[in-house]
Amino acid sequence: MAEHALGSAPATGVLLSAADVTRVVDRMAHQLIERAAAASPGAPDGGLSDLVLVGIPTRGAPLARRLAARVEAFSGIPVDVGTVDITLYRDDLRRQGVRALEPTLLPAAGIEGRLVVLVDDVLFSGRSVRAALDALRDLGRPRAVRLAVLVDRGHRELPIRADYVGKNVPTSLTQQVKVRLTEIDGADEVVLLGGER
Amino acid sequence: MKRHLLEAADLDRADATLVLDTAAQIDAALAGREVKKLPTLRGRTVVNLFYEDSTRTRISFELAAKRLSADVINFSAKGSSVSKGESLKDTALTLEAMGSDAIVVRHSASGAPHRLAHWVRGSVVNAGDGTHEHPTQALLDAYTVRRRLGRLEGVRVAIVGDVLHSRVARSNVRLLHTLGAEVTLVAPPTLLPVGVGSWPAEVSYGLDPVLPKSDVVMMLRVQAERMHASFFPSAREYSRRYGLDAPRMAALPDDAIVMHPGPMNRGMEIAADVADSARSTIVEQVGNGVSVRMAVLYLLLGGGVQ
Amino acid sequence: MTSYLIKGARPYGGDAVDLLLKDGRIAAIGESLAATGAEVVDAAGLIALPGLVDLHTHLREPGREDAETVETGSRAAALGGFTAVHAMANTDPVADTAGVVEQVWRLGQEAGLVDVVPVGAVTVGLAGERLAELGAMADSAARVRVFSDDGHCVADPALMRRALEYVKALDGVVAQHAEEPRLTVGAQMHEGDRSARLGLTGWPAAAEEAIIARDVLLAGHVGARLHICHVSTAGSVDILRWAKARGVQVTAEVTPHHLLLTDECAESYDPVFKVNPPLRTDADVEAVRRGLADGTIDAVATDHAPHPVEDKECEWAQARPGMLGLEQALPVVVQTMVETGLLDWRGVADRMSARPAAIGRLDGHGRPLEPGEPANLLLLDPGVRSTVDPAALASRSRNSPYAGRELPGRVVATFLRGIPTVLDGKAQR
Repeated sequence: MAEHALGSAPATGVLLSAADVTRVVDRMAHQLIERAAAASPGAPDGGLSDLVLVGIPTRGAPLARRLAARVEAFSGIPVDVGTVDITLYRDDLRRQGVRALEPTLLPAAGIEGRLVVLVDDVLFSGRSVRAALDALRDLGRPRAVRLAVLVDRGHRELPIRADYVGKNVPTSLTQQVKVRLTEIDGADEVVLLGGER
Repeated sequence: MKRHLLEAADLDRADATLVLDTAAQIDAALAGREVKKLPTLRGRTVVNLFYEDSTRTRISFELAAKRLSADVINFSAKGSSVSKGESLKDTALTLEAMGSDAIVVRHSASGAPHRLAHWVRGSVVNAGDGTHEHPTQALLDAYTVRRRLGRLEGVRVAIVGDVLHSRVARSNVRLLHTLGAEVTLVAPPTLLPVGVGSWPAEVSYGLDPVLPKSDVVMMLRVQAERMHASFFPSAREYSRRYGLDAPRMAALPDDAIVMHPGPMNRGMEIAADVADSARSTIVEQVGNGVSVRMAVLYLLLGGGVQ
Repeated sequence: MTSYLIKGARPYGGDAVDLLLKDGRIAAIGESLAATGAEVVDAAGLIALPGLVDLHTHLREPGREDAETVETGSRAAALGGFTAVHAMANTDPVADTAGVVEQVWRLGQEAGLVDVVPVGAVTVGLAGERLAELGAMADSAARVRVFSDDGHCVADPALMRRALEYVKALDGVVAQHAEEPRLTVGAQMHEGDRSARLGLTGWPAAAEEAIIARDVLLAGHVGARLHICHVSTAGSVDILRWAKARGVQVTAEVTPHHLLLTDECAESYDPVFKVNPPLRTDADVEAVRRGLADGTIDAVATDHAPHPVEDKECEWAQARPGMLGLEQALPVVVQTMVETGLLDWRGVADRMSARPAAIGRLDGHGRPLEPGEPANLLLLDPGVRSTVDPAALASRSRNSPYAGRELPGRVVATFLRGIPTVLDGKAQR
């Protein structure tokens, strides 16, 4: 995945169409398969039964399920999926106020000693990922944790980097990246909103 | 959500449902975990201000706050400045000055939490005031009913016993009504308040006609001392007319449950074999209390849903 | 002695005239009066009424001077337009001997703002067990005519009968605090829908009505005078109406707060609204207003009950009952009785001056505004509406239930025997 330089003039409008989203998810699924195989050379399952895709609600959860479905479609091997709600682990309660909680659901085999890939829709400050790492720590001890995001919009506030990125988008702080997914919003689309031109 | 939880009427249907949903998520998130602790309220201070002995309620709140990583201070009337005559207001201002974010208060005087809320900036949670209300008990009761029966809308609840002196009854009548349940109060007329007619509940002086039409029977604690003030002639007569024993339990619909806020008078309002039966949710209620109180503390200290 | 010429006042709300006050009496009433050497008081637009008489005031001295003294209570009374107040007997020591009532009377004279008329206790120590020396109090310098255990009911029916009989010889009256104690154990507020919801122990209307019914029968039986303190329920008004129709010598008073406020105030759990008897329902308020209008209730009496902050800034159940009333009594009556059309200004003068003075057998108070009568009067600006600020009150305590309320009418001046105790709304000593 090529790294794009951030800072070029952000343009509002549609970043990814429905077809783009499908294509990007497929590409990320292939990358997951390739790296799992590279990490476990010669394994009959291509290293995939070790993998758990854990979505961060709200939109990371259906993304994780889609990625798992595509990995299975391409490799023929079923992959475990889960969700981890980070609400009670956020560090911005005082500023943001409370949010409704979402479910935390882990596969029956758990995450102990496995390769967990956290899945989220947008990577921004990195604070959600940090909260998710804290939550995972209370749930078990994975062998390793990786991060997959549909969109990386930059402006990190923590030393966190994604391992799988659907699309890098240079943005200004005043802009908003809005990810819509069929499961929640009725249609697939990624748009960039607002901000000065 | 309002800043304080002083009475069940502070919760509209959306708020009450949010508390129950949040408690359910917390339960699910913590189920089977080794580390039953969340960092949510790290750095916050919760004071348990108890002017009445109530070990079970205090422990429940303490555990709830600690599982959310809040610092907990237990301030009981015994052996404190309170027993030296310090006023509620002075105590409130002292706790405020120490930086408490929430005060959980139990008091023998109805309305004491309302007064407290008037004097402090943090949140006040009523953990039982006199004969007024005990809103978190009603929340945990509603949570228990919903878990057992899968719903609250249309559920028929009989609340049996000393309604007059019961803060649990007052909170439950209001909250269950808010959540769509149908409440019937069952008691001798001496143990019903004048003015009960204005409550959103039916009233019955007899228990037997109500049982076959009840999905939930909530038994209230009846203190034997009441008979000295002629609220009823004797413990035996009370027990015979209003106590829940095995034959009466058999008159309930098949999936009906039996609840009690505790502590129980076995043999008085509830027979031992009923309290220990599979229909009884009494132990479950205690466990649910912690989750519900975690939800309340989280929602109050977070200061409003986004 | 300075004489005062009041220019352009409207006695009882009638046409503007001048009043000349001289040597403690109303020397003349007429148009364009002139008097050399008289101090002129411009009273254009002001209503002149006879000085008010309160049958029911707690001045707290001796014993609770931190809450009120005879002097501070007298000042509050004068500012409220009163020229005489009855000081209740529940002091410490209790006013159950000639010595204590004379002490209170003398303190009142020294303060010199209103005539302080001591009420004597009916029973020793207000204990409800044996009669106090009623005759000695009647014969003392304080000339006690009203006897009351107020704060406590004379609950024993035999003792009440004896008290009613005994004071006949003194031209006295027993003022009963009507509250059946066994029905009000632990009572905190009116028993009804609100007490049921608020979890505060109820004070049933029947506990008041049962004692009134009993006592009017007793008073009728022995042919004695009976006065009922602070009537608060519709049922009480009915019983009083029935008793008066039967010829029983019963009189009754209602407080300003029972004319205005209801048990809705308890919703805040703010003990400033805790009072005994408790604030009742809208229907009761309506009934006591009508009872006062038709004369079934004879008088407005304040039940002015000062309490220090620590007795009110606390839990409801721990708080002491009672509220301030002297300085807002007339504004409350203006709002509830005059602005509603239930009483005219002559009616106000009757219920707040003439009748209470007659019940207390006071000479020189409650007299009409006529030449030759004692110059006890007040000047009221009926057009002013002001918001009550407890911190600005003359009482030593702050427990006014009217805090933040806007009320009509302001007492501009009060004269006691021709001498101004209040001028321009300010106490003169």
